[in-house]
Amino acid sequence: MEGGFIAMPTDVILWILGGLILISAVMSLALRNLIHCALFLMVCFLGLAGLYLHLNAVFSGLVQALVYVGAVGIILIFAILLTEGGGTETGSHLGSQWRTGIGLAVLLAFALLGAVSNSPQTTQAARHTEEPTVREIGLKLMTDYLLPLQTIGLLLTAAAIGAVVLAMQEPKPRKDETP
Amino acid sequence: MTFYLALSVLLFCVGLAGVLARRHAIMALIGIELMLNAANINFIAFWRHSSAADDLSGMFWMIFSVAIAAAEAAVGLALVILVFRHRRSVRLDELESLKG
Amino acid sequence: MTGVLDILWLIPALPLLVSAILSLTPARVKGGAAPLSIGALGLGFLIACAALAEAVSDPGQVRAHNFTWFEFGSSAVKIGWVLDPLSALMLVMVTFVAGWIFVFSIGYMSHDENFTRFYCFLSLFTSAMLGVVMSNSLLMLFACWEVMGLASYLLIGFWHHRPSAAAAARKAFIYTRIGDIGFLLGMLWLYAETGTLLLYDNGAGCLEANALTQLAGAAISTGMAASTGIALLLFCGAIGKSGQIPLHVWLPDAMEGPTPVSALIHAATMVAAGVFLMARIHPLSTATASAKPIVTATAPANATAQSAQPAVRMEAAPKSQAHAEAAAKPTEAGGDSTSSPTLTLNVMAWVGALTALLASLVAVAQYDIKRILAYSTVSQLGFMFLGLATGGPAVGVFHLLTHAFFKALLFLGAGSVIHGCHEEQDIRRMGGLWRRMPATFGTYAVGMMALSGVPLLFSGFWSKDEILHSALAWSGSKWPFALGLVAAVATAFYMTRQMAYVFFGPHRGHPAMYEQGHRIPVTQPHESPMVMTLPLGVLAACAILLTVVGTPMWPWLHSVLSGHAPEVRREVSVGVLFAMLISILAAGTGFTAGWICYMRRRASGFNDGDPLQTRIPSIWRCLESRGWIDELYKMSFGIWTAAAGRFCDWLDRIVLGGGVRMIQNAALATAWMGRLWDEFFLNGGFARGCEQTRNSADRASLVQNGQIQRYLRILAGALALVALWIIWK
Repeated sequence: MEGGFIAMPTDVILWILGGLILISAVMSLALRNLIHCALFLMVCFLGLAGLYLHLNAVFSGLVQALVYVGAVGIILIFAILLTEGGGTETGSHLGSQWRTGIGLAVLLAFALLGAVSNSPQTTQAARHTEEPTVREIGLKLMTDYLLPLQTIGLLLTAAAIGAVVLAMQEPKPRKDETP
Repeated sequence: MTFYLALSVLLFCVGLAGVLARRHAIMALIGIELMLNAANINFIAFWRHSSAADDLSGMFWMIFSVAIAAAEAAVGLALVILVFRHRRSVRLDELESLKG
Repeated sequence: MTGVLDILWLIPALPLLVSAILSLTPARVKGGAAPLSIGALGLGFLIACAALAEAVSDPGQVRAHNFTWFEFGSSAVKIGWVLDPLSALMLVMVTFVAGWIFVFSIGYMSHDENFTRFYCFLSLFTSAMLGVVMSNSLLMLFACWEVMGLASYLLIGFWHHRPSAAAAARKAFIYTRIGDIGFLLGMLWLYAETGTLLLYDNGAGCLEANALTQLAGAAISTGMAASTGIALLLFCGAIGKSGQIPLHVWLPDAMEGPTPVSALIHAATMVAAGVFLMARIHPLSTATASAKPIVTATAPANATAQSAQPAVRMEAAPKSQAHAEAAAKPTEAGGDSTSSPTLTLNVMAWVGALTALLASLVAVAQYDIKRILAYSTVSQLGFMFLGLATGGPAVGVFHLLTHAFFKALLFLGAGSVIHGCHEEQDIRRMGGLWRRMPATFGTYAVGMMALSGVPLLFSGFWSKDEILHSALAWSGSKWPFALGLVAAVATAFYMTRQMAYVFFGPHRGHPAMYEQGHRIPVTQPHESPMVMTLPLGVLAACAILLTVVGTPMWPWLHSVLSGHAPEVRREVSVGVLFAMLISILAAGTGFTAGWICYMRRRASGFNDGDPLQTRIPSIWRCLESRGWIDELYKMSFGIWTAAAGRFCDWLDRIVLGGGVRMIQNAALATAWMGRLWDEFFLNGGFARGCEQTRNSADRASLVQNGQIQRYLRILAGALALVALWIIWK
């Protein structure tokens, strides 16, 4: 199925993917229903995975799909269900100063876009058109990038333990805590 | 190249706007995930256009970033659940224990 | 040759180790304490026996093992241990007697919850005593001596929940400490004079010829030789430790401790330490400036001189001359015995004789079974000092050894009686026990006869007879002999009295106990278990068997201690026989008087007065209250001390306290001034500054409203500004 995408003209696919990503991102942040938000987020992640595939980074695309869509999205949905029961927010779903926030974001967008358009890097042509094999990546991971890999493993372990400890049901709910 | 960078900028700012505008803590986390993904687009784009022939740094940066994002999501969501359990609410504007 | 000497240190080290282990053992672990302590002592006994065999094989030689303890500047403090017949005999005796006391304690202390602690203290105590006995340095001896004082304090106050026991422990500690000050001063003086505290050091020790000559020659201002002063100071320590007049009052009070402790303190160890010390430093007591050749003879390395010549210790021991050699060498022996004894020996003889007499008289009028024995011990220690002074170390130490056995026996017997009578110590509430406690009775009788000096069969007779004989032949004065003789009579008398009260006549215990309000019906007195009677039997056997080493016919002990090989004497001089006759008469008189007073008219009830009390009430009252010595001390030293204390208190309160209060007030005034300055000048400015800081901080903290989104907004704005700046540039 993805091979079909790759066969299409490059620019068109890029524009479609970019539009999909941006629209789903905006939707995932704009909707009131949290579950819908999470689902649109997963669509956005899938679009990103497609983008990576299109850029010959197959391994990255697969990682993106697996980790973000499979893992992060699912725990997001679980977290939503565990907190507010999955319903829509009561009252305003926007913060008190949301206009300021969006204004700042737009300002930053213009600033960065200006920076990007002025950057000399953007004229460089693509070089890595060959996609690296998984074997190559594995070898690199086990040799040159062994220390970062192990550090990341440690970090993930700590995060997993930390998450379990934090979310663990306490034996006695504190009554003196003000809700 | 400009296309990827512009896409990254826009995605980042959408995420930022979500973080700044929404009240719900989980929504803030979703925005943060989007911002991280915007950074990942940059990693991949710069890897693809990098000058070194046999260099996979950008890709590994992306992979490690994904791993960190996963860890962050796990801990962040656990914190959200914990906060919710204590205060029955995850509204960001109601959390002001750090008020000076 | 050096084999035994090298492992001699194990003898005190083993009990010390056991004591350390036990001190770390929890109180509820009771199993290991007794076997461990007894095992350590048993091993020590075996080593001591080997050491004795070696020491006796060449009695004239002193084997010493010295090493440097620490150095300061150019001089080094050396300590070490010594093996000669005296220390070897003491080692054997102490390990043996203490071992049996340990065995006895298994039974006696079995119900005590601090069983382990008891054995810990006992082991420490014994270890210290063994250290005293074998040390070759006055410093090490003193250190062990003090450890022993500490251990005795702990043991006397073992039942510290009793106020009387705590007081007795304190009393013992303080009274012995008074003597120890003398000891310490003497030691320092000795070090200042000779530069060494080693007793034997191949000619350089302070008990060897060079040092003695130097000491005897060095006169201090009053015309007394340095050796005399030092010996007298050391004798102070011995007086304190051995309970001689005037420091004897702690010893009877020490009966508050458990009975095995009394046996240990009064028989084998602590009190014997004083006698031992004087025996050890005897060359010092006898040193005179004019007696150089004789002094040389004491140098123990000089074996040839000793075998040819009676040792210097016999300078004051005419009796040993009297046996056989007196006739053979009339000039030398006569020269020795006619020279008047040194001041030290005079003091020792008088103190000993007076103590022997007074303590034995006081013992007549006591009712507490242990207190009688305690005064008897004081009295016997007086005998020992008398023997040391008049007959040399051999005489005194012989009595020390025999006394150790039969007094340990008597105390353990008393312990058995007390145990059997349910912690009853008043002899008026006993009686008729010979039927109920036959084993205790039999052994106690042996001890009693040994103590009173029943002729021929019992060791006490021979040792006491030897003391009396040497006192009779003493060149100083005949009065000590007379005093000792009366004391011997009194000894036989009070022992007969005690036997009569405790073991004969009707049992007077029960009604009296009920009168005292004992709620539990008291059962009949019963015989003690095997673990308690067995030590009694062994000690009784020893009290008899020790006879063989000290008779005039074969004075083995005497010869060994004097440094020459033992020999059998075929003939006994008239003087010896005369002295024996006198002491037999003395003992007989005591027995007869006791028999008339107590056995013929047996007390039938608790409230029956003592026969002597009715006849000579005033003297009796004096004796019963122990000569009012405690009261005397209370009236004299006690009042002085209290007055001095009150004066110091007044000084403190008025003079020093006034000064302190003035300074205090001045400081207060300054402080008030400072406070005013602070409050009105400094604080004003400071407080305003603080307030302003706080206000500005408040304003600044408005930014920090705790809302994460505000922070993030600020962050985003900053990011945008940075990006714009980059473009601008």
